[in-house]
Amino acid sequence: MDKPYNNKAWFLVVPVFALVALSAIIPIMTVVNYSFQDTFGNNQFFWAGTEWFQDVLSSDRFWDALGRNFMFSVIILAIEIPLGIGIALTMPKKGIWVPVCLVTMALPLLIPWNVVGTIWQIFGRADIGLLGYSLDQLGVNYNYASNIFDAWATIILMDVWHWTSLVVLLCYAGLVSIPEAYYQAAKIDGASKWSVFRYIQLPKIRGVLIIAFLLRFMDSFMIYTEPFVLTGGGPGNSTTFMSIDLVKQAIGQFDLGPAAAMSLVYQLIVLSVCYVFFTVMSNVGVDKPDARVED
Amino acid sequence: MLELKNISKKVGNTMHISDVSMSLEKGSVNVLLGPTLSGKTSLMRLMAGLDRPTSGSILMNGSNVVGMPVQKRNVAMVYQQFINYPAMTVYENIASPMRVAGVDQATIDRRVHEAAGLMKLTPYLDRTPANLSGGQQQRTALARALVKNAELVLLDEPLANLDYKLREELRVELPKIFAETGAVFVYATTEPQEALLLGGKTATLCEGRVTQFDRTIDVYNRPSNLLTAQTFSDPPMNVLPVTKVGSEFVFETSRVDVPTNVLGLADGNYKIGVRPHHMLLAEPQGHSMKLDCVVSTTEITGSESFIHLHSRGAHMVALMHGVHRVEIGDAIPAYLEQKSFFIFDHHENLVSAPTFDSQN
Repeated sequence: MDKPYNNKAWFLVVPVFALVALSAIIPIMTVVNYSFQDTFGNNQFFWAGTEWFQDVLSSDRFWDALGRNFMFSVIILAIEIPLGIGIALTMPKKGIWVPVCLVTMALPLLIPWNVVGTIWQIFGRADIGLLGYSLDQLGVNYNYASNIFDAWATIILMDVWHWTSLVVLLCYAGLVSIPEAYYQAAKIDGASKWSVFRYIQLPKIRGVLIIAFLLRFMDSFMIYTEPFVLTGGGPGNSTTFMSIDLVKQAIGQFDLGPAAAMSLVYQLIVLSVCYVFFTVMSNVGVDKPDARVED
Repeated sequence: MLELKNISKKVGNTMHISDVSMSLEKGSVNVLLGPTLSGKTSLMRLMAGLDRPTSGSILMNGSNVVGMPVQKRNVAMVYQQFINYPAMTVYENIASPMRVAGVDQATIDRRVHEAAGLMKLTPYLDRTPANLSGGQQQRTALARALVKNAELVLLDEPLANLDYKLREELRVELPKIFAETGAVFVYATTEPQEALLLGGKTATLCEGRVTQFDRTIDVYNRPSNLLTAQTFSDPPMNVLPVTKVGSEFVFETSRVDVPTNVLGLADGNYKIGVRPHHMLLAEPQGHSMKLDCVVSTTEITGSESFIHLHSRGAHMVALMHGVHRVEIGDAIPAYLEQKSFFIFDHHENLVSAPTFDSQN
């Protein structure tokens, strides 16, 4: 059977192809290119095979950084998701306070990462910062530059302050879209506040919650600016996350091969973790014919 | 038995419900009929106890229940939207009110299966609402209302979002199923057809007032005032302002003999109401008023046509069977048959209704 042949179709495909090539394929291929070769400059390349990958995967430095990343993301999610839901639940649904709350909530999201870093870096300084000075006066020995716990606490606080709003706004959008009749029906049934949350609000905001969860995971897993501005990865290597390590290797030491291999591994981890999260969370509670929820 | 005594509900400066009194018997079907925003939902919320009336009292079996929280009142309500617990199975959804009430598992199981059987949900008990069709979702909500054995069952336009066929089916079954529980059954709708099909008693609502509350057929056949007549007619009843001069009703240059039973009325201004399906485009036998009209729009819905007509300031709609070929701007005569007249006095209260409707 003869297929109709029309070359004009290329006009429709080529722009998309060019865009995707420029924005994704070419940059990634460059990185892939570096990860399998070695270079001594002068545009001379030597095939290195999987050597860089082996190097990266067998170095303690990589696994330590990866461990820090996971720990950081877990802490961030454990704080920001419940806190975000909690704040969204207490926000008014109508009236003049709605815009006030929304604007207040949106404010931190408008501030660039390095500004947040700088704000908290100064805020936490014991000599001139309000927080650092106050804590010092209260007798708390707080110093993010030398104490590992303080450095972590400060970075977590920065991230919570900066990004909880995103979770709040997403959850709030989900909550206000629940029709009033659901609450009335629950009231007529005599359902408790907890039951309303557990059986109406939570299932109804599940969709936005998955998005909030994924966004916060990806973003916290790619943490860079805050520790970079605050301590530059210290004290010691205690806040040297993968992205910081990557930059040190690629720009500091100009080890392009290992850096490229590491960024590919990094990207694969983010992708696969997100895929697992998404699959699991989308299936939780969807259709479990045998599982009966007891009140 | 539920009694409302002079209840009013004011929100801000607007009256949502003004001075409504009605008493609803046990095991009876009561229809609240009125257009959108006429106060049906507001009235139901007051009956349920979700809102507190600004004034007046509500008696349930003789005792005042104003101020009693809704969860203590044994009320069930079903909404136009399909409201179920999204993460629970159909079984758990139906069981939920009994779980809150602390009913034992064996009873729960029996009653869930009973209700599911009546609502034809037995094959779907293990599904969650998201995996049901709209009709099944609404039947789940209805089953939940049914198992509660509530004294007062409020259905707020429950079939409005369902397709035609399901609506027909449930409309017939619902009053029967709920009447057997002995509950006071209240059903709100915007459609006069639905009120007629449900039977029982009908209260017509308009702008927060009950304009009439009586047996459904009586409200339809003898609406006590023009507002009720217009509410209980879809499209609204046609109204023609006329002057009675001696033995004739006069509208501009058209005239018709006054029906013999109202010959004794004083001369003056009256309003004649004629239902759209009683409008005629061909001259009938017997007395009728001929109006020279111009066609302003025609709507053809299936096998019926609505023809909108203008005649010297009066706007009328004629409902004709079959598809009619009339063009916009056509000048055609319309006939108002004397025997189909609803006659209202200058206070818009009914003076005479046709004997016509009871015959067809």
